[in-house]
Amino acid sequence: MALDDTKRSATETRLAAMVVPDVGCTARARQEALARLRAMGLPHRRDEYWKFTRPDTLVQPAPPRAALFADDEAPVFDSFERLKIVFVDGLFAPHLSDDLALEGIEIDRLEDVCCTSDHWAEDVYGTLEAAGQVPVERPLAALNTAFAGDGVTIRVTGRPSKPINLIYTHEATDSDVFLHHVVRVEPGAEATILENGPAAARFNNCMEIDIADTGRLHLVRAQGRDHERRAVTNLFARLGRESVFKCFTLTANGVLTRNECVVTLTGDDAIVHVAGAAVGDGDFHHDDTVFITHDAERCESRQVFKKVLRNGAIGVFQGKILVKPGAQKTDGYQISQALLLDGDSQFLAKPELEIYADDVACSHGSTSGAIDEDALYYLRARGIPRQIATDLMVLSFLAEAMEEIEAEDLRDEITARVAGWLERRRG
Amino acid sequence: MLEIKNLHVDLEEEDKTILKGVNLTVEPGRVHAIMGPNGSGKSTLSYVLSGRDGYRVTDGTATLGGQDLLGMEAEERAAAGLFLAFQYPVEIPGVGNMTFLRTALNAQRKARGEEEISATDFLKLVREKARALEIDADMLKRPVNVGFSGGEKKRNEILQMAILEPKMCILDETDSGLDVDAMKLVAKGVNALRDEGRGFLVITHYQRLLDHIVPDVVHIMSDGRIIKTGGPGLALEVERNGYADLKAEVA
Repeated sequence: MALDDTKRSATETRLAAMVVPDVGCTARARQEALARLRAMGLPHRRDEYWKFTRPDTLVQPAPPRAALFADDEAPVFDSFERLKIVFVDGLFAPHLSDDLALEGIEIDRLEDVCCTSDHWAEDVYGTLEAAGQVPVERPLAALNTAFAGDGVTIRVTGRPSKPINLIYTHEATDSDVFLHHVVRVEPGAEATILENGPAAARFNNCMEIDIADTGRLHLVRAQGRDHERRAVTNLFARLGRESVFKCFTLTANGVLTRNECVVTLTGDDAIVHVAGAAVGDGDFHHDDTVFITHDAERCESRQVFKKVLRNGAIGVFQGKILVKPGAQKTDGYQISQALLLDGDSQFLAKPELEIYADDVACSHGSTSGAIDEDALYYLRARGIPRQIATDLMVLSFLAEAMEEIEAEDLRDEITARVAGWLERRRG
Repeated sequence: MLEIKNLHVDLEEEDKTILKGVNLTVEPGRVHAIMGPNGSGKSTLSYVLSGRDGYRVTDGTATLGGQDLLGMEAEERAAAGLFLAFQYPVEIPGVGNMTFLRTALNAQRKARGEEEISATDFLKLVREKARALEIDADMLKRPVNVGFSGGEKKRNEILQMAILEPKMCILDETDSGLDVDAMKLVAKGVNALRDEGRGFLVITHYQRLLDHIVPDVVHIMSDGRIIKTGGPGLALEVERNGYADLKAEVA
């Protein structure tokens, strides 16, 4: 289908000042991504999957400025034993990062990959993103593949002794950053990746994850507390037989966040859990767009998304489970819920199920509502002040999402962050 | 202890008068029972005293140890020593029973200017009180009242009472939905808390709970007023003759 003029011109306007980085081995993948992008055009608010989230500020050539956020709270995961990989305004900062050598894992900077011949990541870079463009187009991910300025490749070959922590900080108020990471988990290997920080005034992050048979990957993300930043994350995961992928994202603050997650279960008995907790107060627009494809037998997928919104904050959830013909004994679950702390906030949800196999169990639910007044009264009647009782109810509401984090210490860390956020907002 | 004078209460949303001049004084160490037919205002009295939203006090006063209850928030009333055992304890998914109990106890202590209880002392306290009520570790771990049977919920109410050690306990139809064994267990828990410093107000439809929690004084409530006050014998009279005779007598 020919692109309409509005889209073509918006796309070309954006591309006009951009240069595809000349990075040897990814050059072909980048040119292909650029061609894909030109064919589909950048998102427009009339697009089916952009009706609830206006893409204008993500599409325009320069990002709106974003003030730097500062307070005295220690960054998330700071107290954890981990391997730090730091990016400042989208550029790898070796002096702030740890030595990348760790047993059970191979980490390379994206640009170094291209100096090595036959690097495994060459076959993955852009491949999962390209596959994830069907049936729903994800132009911002193609834009990322074409223009990503930095990133790492992570190959998990064993069981590294500590998590890998990708840390994104920004120092400029107008930075426009594209990072692209490629992850492969080999058979029987298992690792945890942590991501945190705002990264830029406008951040576009793409992670392609290829999990081989019986591999396991845990991804826990905290998107930073910057109020004015805009962020788009694109996760593409392909899961082999009996593999496991568990992903959790905490979003607190942020004027615009779009987290897209595209997962394809290609091997039998694979498990994917994607969860998120978002807390927003005021100028906050948070969008989870998830697409999970069951293309093998006896796979399990769970989507658990919870949002707490107040003072006009907006939450969006677009989640789909597609069960392909032959994907028998699929066990699919999807829940999206919003707790609206006042009458000004909004939750827009579009749960979708598309099933072409006849022996499956898929359930989904979506709710939005206020704090349960009866429960609040009960807590207060026991002497718990209203504010603390409300916070307790909010944490209990988010608990189902947080419980998707397998490691207890990480779960406690995330829970403590949410509790801190709530406490700072007590009247 | 608890002193209610000429209390008049309307429903906020319906413009309907429920309590039409209640007078009642519960002295420390005494157990008062309120009996009455459905719709007489018994539960409303317990809600108004504990600070539930949705009621408008149009006249009268209620004090606890001289403190004006009606001007306080629900949590302040609790910290002042008032406890309501709910007729229908609320289920709160996601909030663990232990977290709930500890948060409540510490919030009350803080409000009274006392030190928070240590985790070890708290655990010891809960274990000791739970044992007497046959509440097992599993019930303590589960979210508040979620998946509890009727009897378990009521026992959980008494556990809270035992831990918070209020000055004044109101039991709102604590016998409803309980079989005889469960009722005896609950009554045992309540009786264990009877002491000279603590007052009780036991609200019930039926006399049978009063066989197990023997009151000092029995009041009969009808149409928003206390129409008769007497000793434990009054409850037996109601059991035999119903409320109709009493109402006729007063009219």
